[in-house]
Amino acid sequence: MNTSVFAPWEDPNAKPLISFRNVTKRFGSFTAIDNLSLDIFEKEFFALLGPSGCGKTTMMRMLAGFETVTEGTIELAGQDIAAVPPNKRAVNMMFQSYALFPHLSVWENIAFGLRRDKMPKQDLEARVEEMLKLTRLEKFARRKPHQISGGQRQRVALARSLAKAPKLLLLDEPLGALDKKLRQDTQFELMDIQESTGTTFVIVTHDQEEAMTVASRVAVMDEGLLKQVATPDRIYETPNSVYVADFIGDVNIIQGRTTTANEGTYRVDWAEGQAALNATSATEFSNDQTCHLAIRPEKITITADRPENADNVVQGKVHDIAYLGNLSTYYVELSNGTMIKAQAANTRRISRRSFTWEDPVWLSWTATAGVLLAN
Amino acid sequence: MRRFVLIAVPYVWLLALFLVPFVIVFKISLSDAAIARPPYLPQFDWVSGFGAFLADLDFENFIFLTEDNLYWKAYLSSAKIALISTFCTLLVGYPIAYAMARAPDEWRATLMMLVILPFWTSFLIRVYAWMGILSNEGFLNQFLLWTGIISTPLTILNTNTAVYIGIVYTYLPFMILPIYAALERLDGSLIEAAEDLGCSRLLAFWLVTIPLSRPGIIAGSFLVFIPVLGEFVIPSLLGGSGTLMIGKVLWEEFFSNRDWPVASAVAVILLLILVIPIVLFQRNQQKQAEAEE
Repeated sequence: MNTSVFAPWEDPNAKPLISFRNVTKRFGSFTAIDNLSLDIFEKEFFALLGPSGCGKTTMMRMLAGFETVTEGTIELAGQDIAAVPPNKRAVNMMFQSYALFPHLSVWENIAFGLRRDKMPKQDLEARVEEMLKLTRLEKFARRKPHQISGGQRQRVALARSLAKAPKLLLLDEPLGALDKKLRQDTQFELMDIQESTGTTFVIVTHDQEEAMTVASRVAVMDEGLLKQVATPDRIYETPNSVYVADFIGDVNIIQGRTTTANEGTYRVDWAEGQAALNATSATEFSNDQTCHLAIRPEKITITADRPENADNVVQGKVHDIAYLGNLSTYYVELSNGTMIKAQAANTRRISRRSFTWEDPVWLSWTATAGVLLAN
Repeated sequence: MRRFVLIAVPYVWLLALFLVPFVIVFKISLSDAAIARPPYLPQFDWVSGFGAFLADLDFENFIFLTEDNLYWKAYLSSAKIALISTFCTLLVGYPIAYAMARAPDEWRATLMMLVILPFWTSFLIRVYAWMGILSNEGFLNQFLLWTGIISTPLTILNTNTAVYIGIVYTYLPFMILPIYAALERLDGSLIEAAEDLGCSRLLAFWLVTIPLSRPGIIAGSFLVFIPVLGEFVIPSLLGGSGTLMIGKVLWEEFFSNRDWPVASAVAVILLLILVIPIVLFQRNQQKQAEAEE
């Protein structure tokens, strides 16, 4: 393996910057975070991803110091931070609403944290200018927050939270208020800034695309639990549960029962009158165990004629087509009523497509295309 | 035509109920006191004509106001009492408004009701009630004597202290409501952001909460200062002979001295003094409205 790849989480000797140790957080009788342990390393861009109410914001607020931990400890650079108030933590936060001070100019907003540190005037001015330059806000320094656009406000919030050069920057849905195009541009900007400053970023988002784009690792959360913590490609390619597979991207889930065929390959009986499916799996399954086969639509080939030498082939007819411009998603109904999604790039003009609504088609995929999941 | 009527309504209102009475008062202030009915001269009559009528008017009463130092002392003392009591009202009102704004949502309507509730009883009755509380044999003295904190009753009624208590009590809602309105809109994440950037709770309050509630503080202060400057009932009921306020002087000129022209002159000067804070208040309101756009 290439050692220059940034992957401290695979190095057993690496010291985490943040570690959650059996952290539980309750609000009254409601458990927001349930006995959760997690390590985040220096210079990571770590994403907490999950639906609203999954506890991701609570995790962030505990890091910032706005919520106390009910049980367990959180360590920052080896120190338990439970007793440290928010204003004494080397952690800064970018708020979802940006929380810019409306009575202060952009310049004063960025300088706000530095002034609290009693930074000498010259250093302070230099630092603010540096931040303005980093976020390309030089022209707007004298304006008040209500006199600039949403995208500029977002950058002011970022500059303000980065100004104190925190060990850890927390971003709460940082791009939530921006429109799609601006959001995409800003994602790359965020990554550049993260890389050039070397700050550890922890981002909270419900947007899986955003998490996949920016993060070095993604934690998928649900109901106060970590479902899976892995790099974006591993989350996508090898989800560890139906929940994660379903939450990230589009997926077909086929429920069936396993029979061992060879070492590491299984036959999945899934419906009356349908041939068993072949799938490989690194995890062991016993005979007749309930399983879920998760296959991404883009890994399924759709053809008008029956393909030869395919590991898995099923026949159906096109029920619906979602045309996305570059791609089309075909909803294919099998004879037993099961709906399977297959995605294909529109490499030909749409008029020359070889099948359309109600046409019989063949779907095929390799044994390695899907993932076998126990639950 | 309809638009014209709509615009005309407030102007007619102002003209009939402010400008015309003001012109009448101003005219009286230029007249001379007389034993007559009404007690001033000249009266306009058609026989001698308009010219003779105007010729009899002069600024004698205004000059008189500058000669007798009772008047400027009363203005100054009124301003001082208004200033101090505005400040005291702010000191009492701000924490109340702050607590109301931070109270749970379901409590706010009730708290607001409690602030407004005193308006349901007559203002006069409430001031009389304070006489009952503050007098030498009043509830406050009885209570303090009973607890043993004091051995002889405190003299509060008929002093400036009683006037301050009365003013702060009466005008408190006018201070609380605008400050509450400003604080209620304050985004809680701003305070968290300030703390996150290194402020202690207290510093965050000073650097964020206070500046952002400033329009409310200014509005509340004017709403208290302006009416208190000309206040008459509270100083005359709760204050003593030592309490000098222009409202009281005005009343005495009118009803004890029956010197309408001098009383009118006092009123005109009071109005001119009040114009300054009223204009400032309007500017504050306007600036606030602009900031919200």
